[in-house]
Amino acid sequence: MAKRGIPDPQPALSKIEGPVSALDELETPILTLSQLAWRRFRRHKMAVAGVIILILLVAYCIGGAFIFSESYANHTDTSLRLQPPAAEHPFGTDTTGRDILARTIYGGQISLLIGLTAMILEITVGVLIGAVTGFFGGWLDNILMRFTEAVLIVPQIFLLLVMAKFFGGNVPNIVFLGREFSGSVIVIVFIIGLTAWPYTARIVRAQFLSIKENEFILAARATGTSTWGIIFRHILPNSIAPIVVAATLGVANAITLEAYISFLGLGVRPPTATWGNMLEGAYNYIDQGVYWLWLFPGLLILFIVLSINFVGDGLRDALDPRSRAV
Amino acid sequence: MSVTQPLVEVQNLKKYFPVTSGLFLQRKVGMVRAVDGVSFIINRGETLGLVGESGCGKTTAGRTLLGLYPATAGVVRIDGHDICSAKGRELLSIRRKAQMIFQDPYASLNPRWTVNAIVSEPLRVHKLIKNNKERSERVKELMGLVGLSGRLVNRFPHEFSGGQRQRIGVARALASEPLFIVCDEPISALDVSIQAQVVNLLEDLQDQFGLTYLFIAHDLSMVRHICDRVAVMYLGVIVELAERNELYEHYLHPYTRALLSAVPIPDPKKDRARQRIILTGDVPSPIHPPEGCRFHPRCPLAGEECRINDPQWREAAPGHWVACHKV
Amino acid sequence: MTKILEVNDLMTRFHTTEGMVYAVNGISFHLDEGETLAVVGESGCGKSVTMMSILRLLPMPPAQIAGGTAIYLGQDLLKIPDHEMEHNIRGKEIAMIFQDPMTSLNPVLTIGKQITESLRTHMFMDQAAAERRAVELLEMVGLSDARQRLKAYPHQFSGGMRQRVMIAMALACNPSILIADEPTTALDVTIQAQIVELVIRLREQIHMAIIWITHNLGVVAGLADRVNVMYAGYIVEEANVEDIYEDPSHPYTNALLAALPRVDRRRDRRLKSIAGAPPSLLVEPHGCPFAPRCEYVVERCGMETPRLTPVGRDHAIACWVDIKTGAQR
Ligand SMILES: Nc1ncnc2c1ncn2[C@@H]1O[C@H](COP(=O)(O)OP(=O)(O)OP(=O)(O)O)[C@@H](O)[C@H]1O
Ligand SMILES: Nc1ncnc2c1ncn2[C@@H]1O[C@H](COP(=O)(O)OP(=O)(O)OP(=O)(O)O)[C@@H](O)[C@H]1O
Ligand SMILES: [Mg+2]
Ligand SMILES: [Mg+2]
Repeated sequence: MAKRGIPDPQPALSKIEGPVSALDELETPILTLSQLAWRRFRRHKMAVAGVIILILLVAYCIGGAFIFSESYANHTDTSLRLQPPAAEHPFGTDTTGRDILARTIYGGQISLLIGLTAMILEITVGVLIGAVTGFFGGWLDNILMRFTEAVLIVPQIFLLLVMAKFFGGNVPNIVFLGREFSGSVIVIVFIIGLTAWPYTARIVRAQFLSIKENEFILAARATGTSTWGIIFRHILPNSIAPIVVAATLGVANAITLEAYISFLGLGVRPPTATWGNMLEGAYNYIDQGVYWLWLFPGLLILFIVLSINFVGDGLRDALDPRSRAV
Repeated sequence: MSVTQPLVEVQNLKKYFPVTSGLFLQRKVGMVRAVDGVSFIINRGETLGLVGESGCGKTTAGRTLLGLYPATAGVVRIDGHDICSAKGRELLSIRRKAQMIFQDPYASLNPRWTVNAIVSEPLRVHKLIKNNKERSERVKELMGLVGLSGRLVNRFPHEFSGGQRQRIGVARALASEPLFIVCDEPISALDVSIQAQVVNLLEDLQDQFGLTYLFIAHDLSMVRHICDRVAVMYLGVIVELAERNELYEHYLHPYTRALLSAVPIPDPKKDRARQRIILTGDVPSPIHPPEGCRFHPRCPLAGEECRINDPQWREAAPGHWVACHKV
Repeated sequence: MTKILEVNDLMTRFHTTEGMVYAVNGISFHLDEGETLAVVGESGCGKSVTMMSILRLLPMPPAQIAGGTAIYLGQDLLKIPDHEMEHNIRGKEIAMIFQDPMTSLNPVLTIGKQITESLRTHMFMDQAAAERRAVELLEMVGLSDARQRLKAYPHQFSGGMRQRVMIAMALACNPSILIADEPTTALDVTIQAQIVELVIRLREQIHMAIIWITHNLGVVAGLADRVNVMYAGYIVEEANVEDIYEDPSHPYTNALLAALPRVDRRRDRRLKSIAGAPPSLLVEPHGCPFAPRCEYVVERCGMETPRLTPVGRDHAIACWVDIKTGAQR
């Protein structure tokens, strides 16, 4: 093909300049994105501390169940009420003589369960709505975003209270992981999940709006990639960092919210313990010097929320592709 | 050479972007006439250059041509298929034949994908190679074709230099074995020493596979080097189109002349000796393009007629088309 | 001709988490009164860092000026106190135009405010005088309706107009040296030609020395008196503009010119490209930095770094090989 009248002396491909050497010669092993993320995460001291505290707390809630039975945690003995911490009851006893240590263990299970499931629910709904509105835009975006804003405008705590009052007590108990959970747990999970998603939806929408304008999305379309391929294979992985952060914050948020509503007496029904309703039980005794009623569940909530926040912070930095320092 | 059907035919292609205002009800308040009626053909195995100032609509033309933006009006036929009306399977088959290389080697590769995933995407999408292992083999082959080592396939884009990233973009475009590639300023973001690498690569691939290119650029010297024919664009329309040496040596349109005189020549004596035509005034807004000839407010030759009538697109010499009243 | 600026053995490094970045490795050059010096080199070769070191604009740390002097009218710019630099040199005696006209103007202040600001601090003008001078400056750089434009914000200007505003601001205090860091790289050819034309005109009017930084050898042919070619933190060739283009003596300069297609010539050859990429600056320089990509490389290149040595009148190169005869120096 002497198209320009100046035939190239040889078929040219053999002459293409070789690969650029500088990168080739680097002896560093190839790291996957998750390895890179882990390296960056590791450097975040607070985040690593957060992970350790989290692991300890989970071990506490799960391992503790092998030492104390649930019936022991719910066993009332009014003759032993309001015992201060001692060898028999290391965290003391509550107003009906139940062992607080055992109750924090079983309450922790509930709190963690609420935190995780509410987060999954919240993230699923939020990501779906955020992705659809952000990617497709137009009237769908208009309608869904107005709806989202409406949910945001109503104070979450108010919504929670109304829904808790409305649904509370109508849901049967369930058995999960060999343990029976009060139906009110499910209600709490759903109402937290269903009121918290607007934040995630807004974050995801903003991410989608900016990422879909990138040239690599256009490149994917030019290649012939389908719309769903673009959403799930291209854009979603690129917005993972803020979603993960929203998720960790969501867990912390759900745990605190559960504590709030339990505190207001509308949360998980007794005798099932949660850290939140244990605090609530302490309310009337706060000025009577029985500090152990509120101190232990309070400290546990503080620890878990703080450590989850630290982990979220670390993840945000670790998953940001722009922070290149390793 | 026998007369064959051109690979790409573009007739009166238009692309307007709506200009909206208002927070809630997005009222349309005008139109950006980014591409306002361009027509040309590209023959098989040929490189057509598209040059013009920043913002004149080159990228928009290239993207609309591939159906990445829906066209406002006009017809584009690629290898006989009308891209504007194609859907589903037909569209997918055109996408396979017509590819694009992007201007920005940094923005056009997904930062979270490995090179392997990026280059194999067309193979996956078009179900060309189903087996994962064979697909990686093919990716390595493509990497070799663009002069990169196959060992680099597990790296991420940010681990490459600009020139290397542009080659990855080229490898991706080649993966589906296309006939036609729109190169949107593939070298503008690169250093001079790397530009030549990429241009040579594009030429070699063309010789080997008989590729057809639409080469968009604002560097007229590179266009003269690589293109067979050159189209000059101004404010959404093509004002002159000719074979490259004809255009560079016997240009007719005053805009082409100004554009050419603005290109620096790496030779101090020649550069100082020649007469520069410095265009005054700014490029008019494509929302309200001037009446008559679009170039008249900045044209040294403009007369009464230019203000009123649109100049006709005519063949001033064999194969040399121009739209101007004064030549 | 008197030397207005003389830089000797300037060395700048960055301490980063990845290690030491050897950005500028012993650079010496001088600038005569009223002349235009072009500094040419690939992206990342240290052009901006050199100039910012001289003006002490680099954040320290991570930057560290590891050695050298920069003598401006008898005083070493690297040693004078900070306030002296701020009040009397930067923006007044030596003005700089930055690479990106988009980000170097403050988006929330009017153009007028930004120009008069510097006039009032450096020249102690009152508001009215400063405004009069601002209008004069904008007219000088060829903006029409200068008075109205004072009230405009940067986003209302096109890229070329913004770059003119930058030039007007740089000229505000009649500097004796203007450093222009790739002022046309972000612009297209027609605007680039406008700016080059403008600078040529202003140079005659104001009589200042100019350092023009670019990565494209084509751009400076019509503008510069002398050219410094930089590579990986070194100056590899220094010559009059005619010599650079007619008699490039360093393999790198030679290769750069061969890689440029010419708009005034028919295509007669394949472009000659330089294989490979510039070296990583994270490794302590050792031998000639261009050696891995050089076609004339000899054994010595890998071991000893060549110093800039004269090969003709006002023409010096840093290379062990004479590329015309192939003989070693
Ligand atoms: N998505 C869009 N929405 C609205 N206007 C657009 C859009 N894309 C481009 N435009 C407008 O269309 C015109 C042409 O833009 P285009 O990007 O095609 O120019 P270009 O010739 O490629 O310029 P450059 O050389 O700077 O890449 C410009 O005025 C631009 O502002
Ligand atoms: N703050 C910094 N920290 C670390 N390294 C830096 C820093 N600033 C610059 N460098 C490095 O110093 C080297 C020289 O940079 P410089 O900005 O001078 O390049 P340049 O020649 O101006 O390139 P360009 O043409 O892209 O502007 C580069 O390798 C760059 O990565
Ligand atoms: Mg473009
Ligand atoms: Mg720079």
